[in-house]
Amino acid sequence: MAGNANTRVVVAMSGGVDSSVAAALLVEQGYDVIGMMMRLWSEETVSGRVFNRCCTPDQMADARRIADRLGIPFYVLDTRDVFRNTVVEYFIDQHRRGVTPNPCIECNRHIRFEFLQQNALALDADYLATGHYARIRQTADGQFQLLKGLDERKDQSYVLSVMGQAQLAHALFPVGEYTKPEVRQLAERFGLPTASKHDSQDLCFLGDGDYRRFLRQHAPDVMTAGPIVRRDGSVLGEHQGLANYTIGQRKGLGVQAAEPLYVIGMNPYRNALIVGTADELGSNRLTASRMNWISGEAPDAPFEADVKIRYKARPVRGLVTPLAADRIEVEFSEPLRDITPGQGAVLYDGDVCLGGGIIERPAA
Amino acid sequence: MSARRLVYLDHSATTPVDPRVVEAMLPYFTDVFGNASSAHGVGRRAEQAIEDARERVARLLNCSPAEIIFTSGGSESDNLALRGVAWYARATTGHRHLITTPVEHDAVGKTVEQLESLMAFERTVLPVDRHGLVDAGALAAAIRPDTALVSVIYASNEVGTIQPIPALAAVARERGVLFHSDAVQAAGQLSLDVQALGVDLLSLSAHKFYGPKGVGLLYVRDGVELSPVQTGGSHEGARRAGTQNTPLIVGLATALELAESERDARVARYSHLRDMLIDGILSRLPNAELTGHPAQRLPSHASFIFDGVDGNTLLMHLDLKGVAASSGSACKTGNPEPSSVLLAMGYTPDRAKNSLRLTVGAQTTEEDVAYAIDAVVDAVGKVSRLQMSQPGF
Repeated sequence: MAGNANTRVVVAMSGGVDSSVAAALLVEQGYDVIGMMMRLWSEETVSGRVFNRCCTPDQMADARRIADRLGIPFYVLDTRDVFRNTVVEYFIDQHRRGVTPNPCIECNRHIRFEFLQQNALALDADYLATGHYARIRQTADGQFQLLKGLDERKDQSYVLSVMGQAQLAHALFPVGEYTKPEVRQLAERFGLPTASKHDSQDLCFLGDGDYRRFLRQHAPDVMTAGPIVRRDGSVLGEHQGLANYTIGQRKGLGVQAAEPLYVIGMNPYRNALIVGTADELGSNRLTASRMNWISGEAPDAPFEADVKIRYKARPVRGLVTPLAADRIEVEFSEPLRDITPGQGAVLYDGDVCLGGGIIERPAA
Repeated sequence: MSARRLVYLDHSATTPVDPRVVEAMLPYFTDVFGNASSAHGVGRRAEQAIEDARERVARLLNCSPAEIIFTSGGSESDNLALRGVAWYARATTGHRHLITTPVEHDAVGKTVEQLESLMAFERTVLPVDRHGLVDAGALAAAIRPDTALVSVIYASNEVGTIQPIPALAAVARERGVLFHSDAVQAAGQLSLDVQALGVDLLSLSAHKFYGPKGVGLLYVRDGVELSPVQTGGSHEGARRAGTQNTPLIVGLATALELAESERDARVARYSHLRDMLIDGILSRLPNAELTGHPAQRLPSHASFIFDGVDGNTLLMHLDLKGVAASSGSACKTGNPEPSSVLLAMGYTPDRAKNSLRLTVGAQTTEEDVAYAIDAVVDAVGKVSRLQMSQPGF
């Protein structure tokens, strides 16, 4: 392993078990390892107590202790401005447009694999490592591929689908080669805390995990009441702000009807929540924009792929047609109920992630 | 990991203990271990060592031994001075006005803040100029009939500026107001003659002048009353309860004697190295500005702002090059907020995050300084290029 001593790796540490094991594995493999934690965001309550779930002083102290124990330098990188300008503003803006954004995708796009990776490379690091469950493989012709994590249930390639060749060439995912139970065993072997208290969370910047409370506080305009309508325009009631609802939602609509009604769409221009029956819900096609092809090149013909339309969704076979301007269209053999504008549409060929885009709002 | 050169340029944060000081302390851990308050011979030997130390220190400060209170360090000395005088004034004269500056160490700043918020004292914070200097005229204008205490730092930990303590103390004395100075950074570099300075109270901390951590002192002029902050036994003239720490007190006295006897030589060396740092950095980096006073500054102290370069990011680059430095705004786990000292000196919040402090010491060599200048130039270049390429810039 002596060959690794001249290879410098910055590992993004959260104080949690996955990134701690990632750091420990790299140290064991003899790399020149540097621990780094990003200070992303902090919401303060009226009483001045810090209110978020990520990068709290406790988590920083935990990460620092782990770095000390591993004998590696540890730094906190102030990421608050860029995080607010990209991820948080995007989150609010997308809700304003009546779509349900996936901030983790944007965070990987702008924060981890841009801001943090550039900071790492400026420190003369060769790689940025994270605790993601995904794998990187280099093909015989030198192409970097993003693969699902070995542990399919923990696989995080969905939120990494924004990475390109330049990012993958300088990234390492040490725990992607293991299952979660194996990672816990490794943590025990390394003498690291195995509790999962800091497992990374979606919407890490929400203190209480309540995005509705967050939006009421930071973007009260997206929580304005408006009409609940059917496709034919008939008004059934009043909603409490479009951001309270998600596609496919049935409970909590507060409207009376002969048959169960679901949220089937949103019209942000009229601030209208569109509801319909189970038959009206779902579609056998979607379009996505901001498409990232991990290979760096868009295919020139339609092809079949497995498509994930949410982080936790099962992949579904679909026919993918590349369109101009970094867009794709996907057709499924049968309608999917929970195609949600703002979430990622991520394409796979078996274990290989081909890339992803952001699901568009269907044309009205 | 490749072997890295280590250049320690953070002597304002702390210094290594001089081996001669360690030597002097050793017998008092195991051999002369007694409690100085005990009636027996074992205790008396400890008491003798402590009182000898008090006399040695008093000679160096040009005061009498009874005017020295040993404490656990600079922060405790500042707390005892401020709370002790404020509480006593409130209980006797009813005075409740305190005057301080925006360039104090937090041990003074936060203490006055708490006296104001929890105990209904009133606080005037004097303005400072671009170099961090306090004006004697402004002090004179701020003193009220109910002013209990003025506290002004001798030399700034953050920007190195030396305040005109004799002039400021004279203003307070003329008006019959007590004057305290936090001299933690000044020790070993500036005169600690309390008569010449004209102060009523003065704080020192041993680990800033090659003594051990965990021990300091407060000079309290004879006749100045203060309420104890830590109550209990009648140690230290019933002004600071707690069994006296014989080895650390001996260590402080030994370190202060060495610092004072070698002061002229050290100051000459420090000034030379500091000027090398300042000239080297200012001449090679067009976006660098020296903060603090250009001439009235600590001999060991160089502090800068680099436009467009986040101070904390710069520190990690320097650390990886083996240069130990600090940023005025650095706080290990807290918010990396802009330095309040630089804000008070008129810097914008953005620029006040771009600070770097380099402080030389007894072991620093010219080679160290040359290495550090190269490291700073390289790191500032890298961080500026990085920040210009980032989203939101």
